[in-house]
Amino acid sequence: MYLSRQEERALNGEFGSPLSTAYKILLAIGQATEAEKLVPVTWSHISGVNYNTIGDAGSEFLSDLNESNAKVSVFTTVNPMGYDKSKKSKIPSEFKRRQLKIVDSYISMGITPSFSCIPYEIFKLPRRNTSVSFAESNAAIMANSMYGLVSNKESALSALASAITGKAPYSDLRVREFRYPKVLVKVEVPVKTELDFGMLGYYTGKSANASCVSFGSHAKGIDIMRAKSLSAALGTSGSCGMFSSEELNCEKITFGKKEADSIKDELNTTEKGDVIALGSPQLGLNELNFMSQHLEGKKFSKPCMIFCPRAVYHQASKSGIIPQIKRAGGDIICDACTCLTPLITKDEYDGVITNSVKASYYLNKFNNVSVCLKDLKTIMNDYLK
Amino acid sequence: MTGTISCRKIVGGVCTGRVLFTRSPINFLSAIDQNTGIITDSSHDLHGISISDTILIFPYSVGSTVGAYSIFSLRRNLVAPSGMICTVKVDITTASGCAIAGIPLVSITNQSDFLENSQNSYGTINADIGVFRIE
Repeated sequence: MYLSRQEERALNGEFGSPLSTAYKILLAIGQATEAEKLVPVTWSHISGVNYNTIGDAGSEFLSDLNESNAKVSVFTTVNPMGYDKSKKSKIPSEFKRRQLKIVDSYISMGITPSFSCIPYEIFKLPRRNTSVSFAESNAAIMANSMYGLVSNKESALSALASAITGKAPYSDLRVREFRYPKVLVKVEVPVKTELDFGMLGYYTGKSANASCVSFGSHAKGIDIMRAKSLSAALGTSGSCGMFSSEELNCEKITFGKKEADSIKDELNTTEKGDVIALGSPQLGLNELNFMSQHLEGKKFSKPCMIFCPRAVYHQASKSGIIPQIKRAGGDIICDACTCLTPLITKDEYDGVITNSVKASYYLNKFNNVSVCLKDLKTIMNDYLK
Repeated sequence: MTGTISCRKIVGGVCTGRVLFTRSPINFLSAIDQNTGIITDSSHDLHGISISDTILIFPYSVGSTVGAYSIFSLRRNLVAPSGMICTVKVDITTASGCAIAGIPLVSITNQSDFLENSQNSYGTINADIGVFRIE
């Protein structure tokens, strides 16, 4: 990969160790993905904030970087952490201490403390075709597919390196020719709810080895709620970083009844649950509005955790939605999300009801809790009395 | 056996170690004990073997990109491989993990029989000039 004279000097440590480390990461990824050069990015979104995702190894790396005075050089937002520090909870103090050490490292580097996996819903978006570096997979897929931004499906480290340098390797989805679908998914079952789109995304991620896939007419005019569910599931099960509706002459795979049933068998591991968890990705104003329309003075018949960004919480508080959800018994949690949350443990819960395929994957695999999958409308019908 | 083959540099440096070859992908996050460097995944063909100080030759890594931090952790705990060679593709987890841990990494994609036969031999990676030598 070509490096300019200035980039070479930074790599060799002339401008300090954080920049050198960041360029080493970008150079290695650039070599691996056969990038021709580095290109500027204007916004980086970093994953790997929750202690449950990066653990002590990640925390130590960030501490080292921070001690050598690392600073971000472009607008940088961050993914959710493990808990909401403004609320009382049963989270062990050791977890909180380790989590806050990670948060402190990032804040010292100059990030914007967004703690959200839906940055595209809470910040003003740059113009189409702007190059960004998004590590959270649903955010990268949404940025590419719904908002016309340009990002690879970055990792925690590559997005961090891009935040520090303001650059990213020019490879894969940053190159125009890779932004056309290489696999077309022929959908042969009704796909209507956000849960259906999640199942479709999960199957496609597992089955299609392509950076960009097409869902044909099913992706045309898709709304935010369904697109979020599709993107999150697609990013969970595979390496795909973009979807489109273009029906080009390319490899075809089928999503029919057999495929839909196999995904449901894998992810829907119980028919009942003792807690409802909503928000993976975190809920935005769209979903909170949708919930509000169905509340009509009713109350949840089971505990209901609702994860949303703090910025959305403030907006929805002003419009009266948050008080309404709280009156119905909903527990609103900011700065965290359903994925890898320490709030849901096997000791406390046997089963979780959710509409998120991504949440189901992580709850089953990492929290060892069974999951009952239902779409949001059905959840509102079944558990509001 | 002895021999020299060319390789593609991903992360630079020079290192020596005993060759540990596998045809199975490795999950750095969940399949290796970060304190001992021993492969703990019972379904892996290197189960129970330590990767510490080896030239680890494997197809590519699988699982979360957070695995990059696990490679960093292996190095901090002094149980990381001396160097790594990917034989199918170089994924961004292995690339970025080796970059932050300072572990030489190269790719050799068309010599898997030769590499398999070098199991347990001593090898030297010189990533900077793109050469892997079996002593």
